Amino acid sequence: MAELRFRTDEPQEQPAVTLDAFLDQSNATAVRLEPDDDARALLPYIDRLTMIEIGFPTFRDGRGYSAARILREAGYTGELRAQGDVLVDQLRYMRRCGFDSFMPNVPLNPVVVDHVLNVYDLAYQAAADAAVPVWKLRHG
Amino acid sequence: MYQYDKYDQALVDARVADFRDQVARRIAGEISEDQFKPLRLMNGLYLQLHAYMLRVAIPYGTLNSTQMHMLAHIARKYDRDYAHFTTRQNIQYNWIKLEDAPDILADLASVEMHAIQTSGNCIRNISSDQFAGAAADEVTDPRPWAEFLRQWSTFHPEFSYLPRKFKIAVIASKEDRAAMRLHDIGLELVKKDGVLGARVFVGGGMGRTPMIAPEINPFVTADDLLSYLEACLRVYNRYGRRDNIYKARIKILIHEIGADAYRAQVEEEFKHVKTLGIDPPAAEFERIASYFAPPAFKSAPDDGLDLSDSTFAAWVKQNTFAHKQPGYIGVTISLKPIDGIPGDASSAQIDVMAELAKQYSFDELRVTHAQNIVLPHVAKRDLKAVYDVLAANGLGTANLDQITDIIACPGLDYCSLANARSIPVAQKIAQRFADAERQADIGELKLKISGCINACGHHHAGHIGILGVDRKGVENYQLTLGGSGAEDASIGKITGPGFDEDGIVDAVERAVEKYLSVRTDGERFLDTYRRVGMEPFKEAVYG
Repeated sequence: MAELRFRTDEPQEQPAVTLDAFLDQSNATAVRLEPDDDARALLPYIDRLTMIEIGFPTFRDGRGYSAARILREAGYTGELRAQGDVLVDQLRYMRRCGFDSFMPNVPLNPVVVDHVLNVYDLAYQAAADAAVPVWKLRHG
Repeated sequence: MYQYDKYDQALVDARVADFRDQVARRIAGEISEDQFKPLRLMNGLYLQLHAYMLRVAIPYGTLNSTQMHMLAHIARKYDRDYAHFTTRQNIQYNWIKLEDAPDILADLASVEMHAIQTSGNCIRNISSDQFAGAAADEVTDPRPWAEFLRQWSTFHPEFSYLPRKFKIAVIASKEDRAAMRLHDIGLELVKKDGVLGARVFVGGGMGRTPMIAPEINPFVTADDLLSYLEACLRVYNRYGRRDNIYKARIKILIHEIGADAYRAQVEEEFKHVKTLGIDPPAAEFERIASYFAPPAFKSAPDDGLDLSDSTFAAWVKQNTFAHKQPGYIGVTISLKPIDGIPGDASSAQIDVMAELAKQYSFDELRVTHAQNIVLPHVAKRDLKAVYDVLAANGLGTANLDQITDIIACPGLDYCSLANARSIPVAQKIAQRFADAERQADIGELKLKISGCINACGHHHAGHIGILGVDRKGVENYQLTLGGSGAEDASIGKITGPGFDEDGIVDAVERAVEKYLSVRTDGERFLDTYRRVGMEPFKEAVYG
């Protein structure tokens, strides 16, 4: 189970399978993507997936941010989990890209989590979260 | 120029608070240096050879006198009373203490400035033509476009951990004064059937593998621009190499897959991204553009200048440019005095330039990628008064675009990446060619020096370029000829074996003498090189 979860539904307990295993006629409902995997391969199946986990072997590898947005933009509503080298200072951008659960290698300090997620309440650009971009606030 | 509204201010203030918290956690040991590094870098804070260096963003090189005074204040209060203007139109402080950095950012925020994304593998400060809004040859002012992109790229959640840094430049003239095609994305604004749009060039850059960006799209309008750029970045984020930082820039991706394949991928992604509604309405673009309305020029008869003072006349000839408004002229203040450090200015000089801008240039200044400062809108009748103040403060050097107007990176005197010193080489070359008549005779000659292969000193784009390398523990300087960062962009070619510090100065002189002996009327160094090729120069240099 994820250390940090921003969903109210019951957590998915089924183990996630690899993308290759999933595409090889799996009926799994949870998939794990590595940075090399193309998230677009999952788009035909997003209605029957309840959990997609995206791996961050190092926080410097930002491919998972695009993968997350692509899934959300296609209408995926299930749990989207960031796992691996997930650091507290990456949380806000990850939330903005559509991640709603986190399983970091090293536990996060909840006080700092609360701070980093609340220090900004504005965003210049639209992304995969509910934030209203500043240009929309300016023009109603 | 642009002014923050409550949203812009709130975002910058939040960043100050955020960074203050991060620095506190770092000092308390809650985050490691490895984890802190990308956070400080996204706030422009580098760890250099001797101290932290803070790079402050000057969006598209434009600032007002209040901001310029603040830059002087920071140099005085937190640094050693001087600062360094950079080739990306920013400013750097070389002797910063980590614990002061949050206070400096707070001081900057009080004048609508910041150091956001001046480093890190994210979209960096947007650069532009230093004569924007003043140049007689522009189709429009590129700065509204640059500000539009600044806002879009600031705290971009998807593109802050890219394979490598990402630089964007916007110009709006045929003449390229911003080295646009040597950027990851270069936009040239053009008019088609009365509508403004951008030619989009992707995949240029310097570094160890210099590339001139190919055109990826001939015309993207403002309504589609952000969607199109998101598509460009998303394709890069997906496929850009992450196994080798020297091959991680977008230029390598485009070189490897080809411009056509990249374009096709972007088109496909764009079709999707365009459906998301991420492009702001025209009203937002117009709101931004309204801040860049021309200043209240006074219609003055254009009755010429009194050039009876020959020193003044030489400076006017070299350091001013044609303004679109009759009766006005643009001024470039050279930060390249013969014995100085290219791009450096003292706090007092920064204050002097700020005062001049306030009094004589509608409160505006610009930083150029050649590390000089521009007063964009000076009434011709005030020009002599401006010059006299500049000259009295060591800012009256009349060498714009001449051989002593050298671009140089900080080099091994400051930079932890450097292999060789740049500043002493620049100074020795400047001393060798100090004679004003000789410089005038040589004419336009852009000489650029980098202290390592990363090419911060733009040596690939120098008519004459110098690259410092480490050869078995000894500083060695390679010579390149024929580069250009202008509209006729080209990458310089290496002449042959390198030289020691004094040898490179002699080699430059021999190349220049060769040019003088074979040039035809009106030919610049670069033109002659392109006509006669490398061989005659090689013979002269090594002969």
